Amino acid sequence: MSLRLGIDVGGTNTDAVILDESGTLLAKAKRPTTPDVTSGIRNVLQAVLERADGQAIDRRDIRQAMLGTTHCTNAIVERKGLSSVAILRIGAPASLAIPPLADWPEDLVEKLQAHAEIVEGGHEFDGREIVPLNERAILDFAHRVKGVRAIAVTGIFAPVSDAHEKRAEELLREVLGEDVSISLSSQIGSVGLLERENATILNAALTDVAIRATQAFSDALAEAHIEAEKFFAQNDGTLMRLDYALRYPILTVASGPTNSLRGAAYLTGRSDAVVIDVGGTTSDIGVLLNGFPRESSIAVEIGGVRTNFRMPDLISMGLGGGTMVIGEAHRIRVGPESVGYRLTSESRIFGGRVLTMSDIAVRSGRASFGDPERVADVAESLCVSALQSAHDMLADGLDRMKTSAAGVPVIAVGGGSFLIPDEMVGASEVLRPENSDVANAIGAAIAQVSGEVDRIFSLEQRGRQAVLDEAKQQAIDAAVQAGADASAVQIIEVEEIPLAYLPGNAARIRVKAAGPLASLTAAQTAAGQGAER
Amino acid sequence: MNIGIEEVRDIARGATILGCGGGGDPDIGRLMAETAIAENGPVRLMDPMDLPDDTFVLASAMMGAPTVVIEKIPKGTEPLQAFRRMEAYLGKTAGAVCPMECGGLNSTIPILVAAQTGLPLLDGDGMGRAFPELQMETFSVYGVRGTPACVVDEDGNAVLCETERDADMEWLMRGVTIRMGGAAYLAHYPMTGADFKRTAVRNTMTLAHNLGKSVRLNRVRKESPVDTIRDAFAATDYGAVVEVFRGKVLDVQRETRRGFALGSVVVEGVDGFRGSQLRVSFQNENLVAWRDGIPVACVPDLIIFLDAEAGDAIPTERIHYGQRVTVLSVEAPPLMTSPEALKVWGPRAFGYGDLSLSDVRAHRVHIYQL
Repeated sequence: MSLRLGIDVGGTNTDAVILDESGTLLAKAKRPTTPDVTSGIRNVLQAVLERADGQAIDRRDIRQAMLGTTHCTNAIVERKGLSSVAILRIGAPASLAIPPLADWPEDLVEKLQAHAEIVEGGHEFDGREIVPLNERAILDFAHRVKGVRAIAVTGIFAPVSDAHEKRAEELLREVLGEDVSISLSSQIGSVGLLERENATILNAALTDVAIRATQAFSDALAEAHIEAEKFFAQNDGTLMRLDYALRYPILTVASGPTNSLRGAAYLTGRSDAVVIDVGGTTSDIGVLLNGFPRESSIAVEIGGVRTNFRMPDLISMGLGGGTMVIGEAHRIRVGPESVGYRLTSESRIFGGRVLTMSDIAVRSGRASFGDPERVADVAESLCVSALQSAHDMLADGLDRMKTSAAGVPVIAVGGGSFLIPDEMVGASEVLRPENSDVANAIGAAIAQVSGEVDRIFSLEQRGRQAVLDEAKQQAIDAAVQAGADASAVQIIEVEEIPLAYLPGNAARIRVKAAGPLASLTAAQTAAGQGAER
Repeated sequence: MNIGIEEVRDIARGATILGCGGGGDPDIGRLMAETAIAENGPVRLMDPMDLPDDTFVLASAMMGAPTVVIEKIPKGTEPLQAFRRMEAYLGKTAGAVCPMECGGLNSTIPILVAAQTGLPLLDGDGMGRAFPELQMETFSVYGVRGTPACVVDEDGNAVLCETERDADMEWLMRGVTIRMGGAAYLAHYPMTGADFKRTAVRNTMTLAHNLGKSVRLNRVRKESPVDTIRDAFAATDYGAVVEVFRGKVLDVQRETRRGFALGSVVVEGVDGFRGSQLRVSFQNENLVAWRDGIPVACVPDLIIFLDAEAGDAIPTERIHYGQRVTVLSVEAPPLMTSPEALKVWGPRAFGYGDLSLSDVRAHRVHIYQL
């Protein structure tokens, strides 16, 4: 028997699940998230194991443990526990017009005590050197920043060629040894120098936060006598090993929404669907494509810093179980005000005086909780128009997120999902999976391993197909290297954007591959094969 | 008007509207101009009426792929170096900087040069919107020569170019730009103050500023973006602003040829446009709009996609299914619609030989009962 443990730290709750080999849910638990995050993990772990014990689950069977956590996001937002960072940009004479940290909030810059330099080097979009790398300047920089905890290295067009970044790392190590942590932009982000540099600086600043987070996770598991291989969930719905998480902690930010969508896919067995998560105050609508969330094309800000991470493309609407229903009969208005977490004291069914969508649902028999007697006086016609308004809002949101006019399956999750009718305009069917309250933790437990390529390729010499094939192979190799089962890796996304206003036949190509986790031995074999090729 | 940091932000925002779907994201140019203004103080925006006839004027611009600019950010002195190299070559000292394109990224590059040189920025440009090529300029149409021109890269390499025709300048300089890494910076269209007054689309920097300001204020006030945009175009040389459509994007087709993003968007009508469809074809910029098969707007008139709620312009590369959009057409100024101007950027120049601007405008007047 080999079991998987999934833990997701959310804004309100920390959830945990245990799944067996076939993916059946054996146990689940929910505990409040704590300010230090770590005790919340400890609490939920204890709770889920207690449930599991009742079902005669042997904790020694837990072979893999996955954590989706807000440690890193919180550290950046709260500016707590960040490491001192030295910033090296390889790009002069280009890029001098906008120095590092140009658009950053001042309080964050102060926290990092950052020293920044721009040295000569960098590449063109086709991989040529713009100018040779100034190695002398890098050695001088290294001597100047001795004692710094972490260094962020960003070279122009490093996603196309990382040669200068790699050489810079060697030179920095010559002077500073192994104690300093070095983050290379080519490992972290895609095209867009400032955003990638920002993400690389944040990654370097998270050096000590990452050590503490991985330590806390390991300690919590050790205390519970669980000896499992440990993984962190990334923002794209895939996993990374602990050693990788230590080097690239920034990739763990905002894994929550992704885990929720992935969990919904898993619980229904659908890979292409729209997920509507109705909570107390809002409904979040996201899209699953090939089992992964559709990503937003807009740059994401973390703690006031613009990065080029892609987050799930979500829209949020002011409709939830606590949404207030205001007015009489045909002149009603639904929301956007909500009683939120005060639902259990302020709504009518719980003895309060505010009419909410939960009251409407109970009155019309869509849901049964609280005291139905307390809403018996609510007119049926009012219920009909309130439910109609809710349906119209959700159908409108659904329509905005769809990619074509055809009906799509809708997966209804969240505490307020009773507001989603069984028949919905734009939906081919409405699915209501069991256990959707722990969809996030399930999403973490079932996460796959991925590899990605995002570069500008010249199509001139070899033609488009050869270049696409190369990009796909690179993505597959990266996924296998990260621990995916080589025999089951699939290409999940291909995007090709031509360089407008440049008739030189170059395009930005982005390919992502993902596959289920290989067992440890299988991963080593695959890596060995990769090395032989 | 003086252009300070707040004004640069508004101009960049407004330039996205004037980009007609193309022109490149002005963000890097905006950041550079802000830095230069923070160092050197605000830029004076000069009305063409105040420009002496004998002042020597040069146009400043970036050429190449905006995607390269977001990665290979400029050194910041390339446009200035091109400018100085031209002065040295011609043995003249410039008294003002002028934009060649008020839509997209090129709205901000001349602000950078003006801040670095302390010269006034002229309130007018040679396109009145965004167009894809260097010879597509009112300057060129009305007899100002594009060359001598100088293109410079971040390493200080400079290429001076003299051609018989401005289309050849475009052809040769585009090749040099690719060798320079896909993005380079220009000084060209050397002219006198009298030339500029005769050939420029006037007050387009003020227009960009007013458009950007109205979009910014709209986000707070939640007013109809159409009304405020109409107000911004009032009292300019541009003609009627018509809301040609309001609806939901139903389909987007794209393909790539010779560095151009070609394609079309289909929008399904809502509100007063229910039951109707609009199709818009684009080549980086929006070219022609057909409502239920009848052409209701075409180049050089501006066709602008706005986010129906936020009021921001949507570039063609970011249009996707499900977006709620308002589509506007704006009549280009008379300077841009003469027979010689239409030869350069009329519908025929973009491959629509069956359309004429006057017919399309007549359809529009008829359908929208203007």
